[in-house]
Amino acid sequence: MMEDIQLSEAVERFLQGQMDAEELSRFEQLRKSNPEVDQFVVEHSIFLSQLNEFGERKHFRSSLEEIHDNLLGNGTIKTFVPKTKVVDLFRKYRRVWAVAASIAGIIAITVSGLVAYFTPNLTKPQLEQLSRKVNILEKQQNDLTNEVRDSSKVTSRVPVNETFKFGGTGFLIDAKGYLVTNAHVIKGAKTIIVQSHGQEFKASIVKIDAERDLAILKIDDNEFKPFASLPYGFKKTGADLGEQIFTLGFPRDEIVYGEGYMSASTGYNGDTMSCQIAVAANPGNSGGPVFNKNGEVVGILSTRQLQAQGFVFAVTAKNIFKSLDELKKDTTYQNIKINTLSSVKGMERPQQIKKIEDCVFLVKTYQ
Amino acid sequence: MTTASQEKELLKGLAKSDKQAAETIYKNNYNMVQALIINNNGSADDARDIFQETMIVLYEKAKSGTFELHCQLKTFIYSVSRRLWLKRLHQLQRYGGQLENMEHTVPVEEEIEGHEQRNSQFQAMEKSMLNLGEPCKSLIEAYYLQKRNMTEIAGSFGYTNADNAKNQKYKCLMRLKKLFFAQHKNKDQ
Repeated sequence: MMEDIQLSEAVERFLQGQMDAEELSRFEQLRKSNPEVDQFVVEHSIFLSQLNEFGERKHFRSSLEEIHDNLLGNGTIKTFVPKTKVVDLFRKYRRVWAVAASIAGIIAITVSGLVAYFTPNLTKPQLEQLSRKVNILEKQQNDLTNEVRDSSKVTSRVPVNETFKFGGTGFLIDAKGYLVTNAHVIKGAKTIIVQSHGQEFKASIVKIDAERDLAILKIDDNEFKPFASLPYGFKKTGADLGEQIFTLGFPRDEIVYGEGYMSASTGYNGDTMSCQIAVAANPGNSGGPVFNKNGEVVGILSTRQLQAQGFVFAVTAKNIFKSLDELKKDTTYQNIKINTLSSVKGMERPQQIKKIEDCVFLVKTYQ
Repeated sequence: MTTASQEKELLKGLAKSDKQAAETIYKNNYNMVQALIINNNGSADDARDIFQETMIVLYEKAKSGTFELHCQLKTFIYSVSRRLWLKRLHQLQRYGGQLENMEHTVPVEEEIEGHEQRNSQFQAMEKSMLNLGEPCKSLIEAYYLQKRNMTEIAGSFGYTNADNAKNQKYKCLMRLKKLFFAQHKNKDQ
């Protein structure tokens, strides 16, 4: 134990060069003769130099801190104003952002591409609303008849400085003079004239239900004599697939009969408010009634698909009921009654038509 | 601008732990390194850390006596700081690529490697010192680090005489040695 202490002391003195010549030679001698001592000396030397280095470094480090604080204190070095956090974050994650943004971009483009690819192109232009655009020729014709009427002192209901724009079909839902037609038929109309058997009556808009494409009109004309009752009824449940149907409408100035069948219970692109019927329809048929064989209204003919033949759509009768229910919230119209019983049931078709045609009107709009 | 001979003098001073030399080098180079760090996702504290570590590299290099500067001192400091910062960023997984502000650099891989080795020894010693406990730690520090003489230490530590203190110091030193070499072995494995 004591020897070890002395040896350790000796090594320290040796390392610091404190040994005199005599001691040094004895020390070297001892190392040569005793390998154990030699190993201890080597090991201890390494350790002590490590310890020394440790001390120096620690000292140097603390002096660096001191220098730093000094220099900072007298303004020789300045701490940078840190950049704003947002910019820092942006810089930090710039690559991540770039990658994320490009992935998002690619996905967005792909998705929109797929959506565009699988979505049927443009819904509206494929459907043609079957209201009739009346050409100038007819307008002139009207003017002519007006003149004739003027000469015979019959007052015309046609407004003088408005032009005949569109025509469609409408039919009575209440014997007092309430008509139903398509909303698109009377769109933008200033004056509406309804005509039956060549007799014209002025009508006003009671309600426009653009959502269901329905419009309810009222004949405001002294010459109109209300019916006692309507020959046809309205069937809320509509028609079944394959059921025979017939239509009455004014694709021209004369009432035209059409016959067909119920071909699908939904309308264009699965529209549940309408149904598909197979019947010949032309502009002017819009707003016309669709009857089943009993003479019950099952729908209102509204549109046809442009690219395909025989795809005609009708707003189902259920929607007339719904639209009327909404209208009846207004107390003025609470007396509107919708007939559900058809009095032409079981009759031959020509007899049915004879009864019904009085209640189907040509709707003319002026702008 | 410091000339080559002035820089040599500074390094000589640094090797002798001359505070004036250290301060001059610090003053002339700190802002450059700080700009590098802050422009590359670092903070002012990071800059202080990295620069001081660079100074230690320089200090140890200067002390070794074998150091010969083949470029401007500024370039050497910049290169070492840059290398150290890249390594730090890599450890923090903040950034793996190139650093901005590419200035002229010299290869310093060897220096960094040597520095890291010394760093681990330093840490081993630090840890050993911490595990040593009092009063051994203070005793060893007083004698080997602060290099106070034994009689003085005996007085302040309350030993009856210098020989007693010496005995105690020896026991502490042996314990520290054991701890240090144990640490070292753990590191090597």
